[in-house]
Amino acid sequence: MKFWISCLVVALAAGGLAISGINEYFFFAAFVVLTYIVLATAWNILGGYAGYVNFGTSAFFGAGAYAAVVLFQALGAPLAVQIAAGALTGAALGFGVGVMTLRLRGIFFAIATVAVVFIMETLMINWRYVGGATGLQLQRPEVMAPFTTYARMLFVVMTLMAITAVGIARYIQTSWLGRGLRAVRDSEEAAEANGVPTLRLKLIACVVSGALMGAAGAPMPMYLSFIEPASTFSLNYAIGALAAPMIGGTIHWLGPVIGAIVLASLQQIVTVTISGEINVLVVGVLLVLFVILAPDGILGLFRKWLKSSSR
Amino acid sequence: MIFSFDLLFEAVLFGVLLGCFYAAVSIGLSVSFGLLDVPNVAHPAVMIVGSYFTYVLCSYGFDPIVAGVVLMPVFFVLGVLLYRFYYESFEKRGTEAGVRGLAFFFGIAFILEIALILGFGVDQRSVQAEYIGSSWELGEYRIPYRMLVAFGVALVLTASLTLYLSKTFTGRAIKAVAQDEPALRLMGANPVRIKQWAFGIATGVSALAGAMVIIIGPVEPAMDRIFIGRTFCVVVLAGLGSMTGTLGAGLILGISESIVLMFFGASWAPAVAFGLLLIVLGIRPQGLFGR
Repeated sequence: MKFWISCLVVALAAGGLAISGINEYFFFAAFVVLTYIVLATAWNILGGYAGYVNFGTSAFFGAGAYAAVVLFQALGAPLAVQIAAGALTGAALGFGVGVMTLRLRGIFFAIATVAVVFIMETLMINWRYVGGATGLQLQRPEVMAPFTTYARMLFVVMTLMAITAVGIARYIQTSWLGRGLRAVRDSEEAAEANGVPTLRLKLIACVVSGALMGAAGAPMPMYLSFIEPASTFSLNYAIGALAAPMIGGTIHWLGPVIGAIVLASLQQIVTVTISGEINVLVVGVLLVLFVILAPDGILGLFRKWLKSSSR
Repeated sequence: MIFSFDLLFEAVLFGVLLGCFYAAVSIGLSVSFGLLDVPNVAHPAVMIVGSYFTYVLCSYGFDPIVAGVVLMPVFFVLGVLLYRFYYESFEKRGTEAGVRGLAFFFGIAFILEIALILGFGVDQRSVQAEYIGSSWELGEYRIPYRMLVAFGVALVLTASLTLYLSKTFTGRAIKAVAQDEPALRLMGANPVRIKQWAFGIATGVSALAGAMVIIIGPVEPAMDRIFIGRTFCVVVLAGLGSMTGTLGAGLILGISESIVLMFFGASWAPAVAFGLLLIVLGIRPQGLFGR
């Protein structure tokens, strides 16, 4: 109950901000941070709970973005339909990759997801309808009241999506699904021997995770009013989605949220003040430092601090 | 799409040369991932660092192959240190090393890539040598010398590594550690030392592989991404840890990529390695030449 009340407060606050008069740049930056919250939360459902590393977040993200563009080009579909299509595409991709490789050791799944990124990118480069390698300029539709600009509307949409994603991750964590996935992570053989349907659980996690990543990608073309394969399938999304839970902590749904807020805000600041290259370097360095020095992330550090101060 | 047997022959010929090159760039990974089970996703990034170091040495007048050979001991030491670090941070702690180890190498790959961008910029770099740019006229076919050079070096590299692993004492110990680590410990050998030696060799070899990458064509910092697909495709297709299999798998990849390049165009070529990798993982994950 407390969780849903705080969600409501966050949603109302976002709505309030969107109709207030604050600087437009805030919405541009916040949209990216919110996207990373969705991506990191989605990544964590499979990566954190079950221990299967997805290197190919950008494949799912990009598939969602392109699904949205195709629907928008063909039918002029509204944003909600585009997001639903993005989620469906992401889910289908998750199912496909999962069926092929989730039977194997984690490393093979990880490599297969990288492969999917490049295959998707090549397909889109060769598909003229969506602009091929040069990309496609998109004409945004009129913005709906009460919002004054499109960026403000996208900000609210993305906030709602982030709340939904976190809600799903929280549900999975506390339900039978989460318990099964934890068993898979700790010892797959033992789980299987005890009658846990490991493959089915992993597939469900992979599909849900893929769907959320696809949904996160769908508003991106409208946000940029442009789509192009190289940046849409950039591995920078993949490393961001992986680094955020590692930095925040993977065992609790709050971990990826904290990690994404810290990481994406830092990246926004670094991009504006220093340069775009350094911002990827920051992610890489933080990721390596955290996996070595603080394997349980910020949440783990916080817990340790709580324990030592209560003593 | 224009099809003729002449073109097909040319594609296969070029593919064989390309395939040996792919085998050579993958053979280090075949040792580190195939034999030692270290999920070294940073292998292609290390190799591209090798290409850039070759570029630097070449600007002082070195021949690229000589530069690659000179870099090998340096990379060997780097590899030993990297493995030692990986072992202390992950393998020694045991549980859950999988997720963190993978994330660690992924992070290292990104750090190396950005370091190259900061050091050299995003522009393409290439080296000069007598055999780069000219080609061997063979009837109606033209074979670039740079491909022949890479082909030759690749064969030497594969042959010497195969011999090293099967004939020498340390080589056999490396194979033994891959087969049964506890048994090796019972025999009084230290598996960690053997593994760090082997990882050093794998990294040293990637310096020479990096030199070949820059001989074959210009390099850019983000090039390691496409080589993730090529190297892992070759290693998985080969069956983990098989050296002769690596050569065979390299040839399969080289020929398929060359045929796609010839008949469907360059924009489809990057997907070949990744597509082949997915197919192998889906159908025959133990590889074609597996143990």
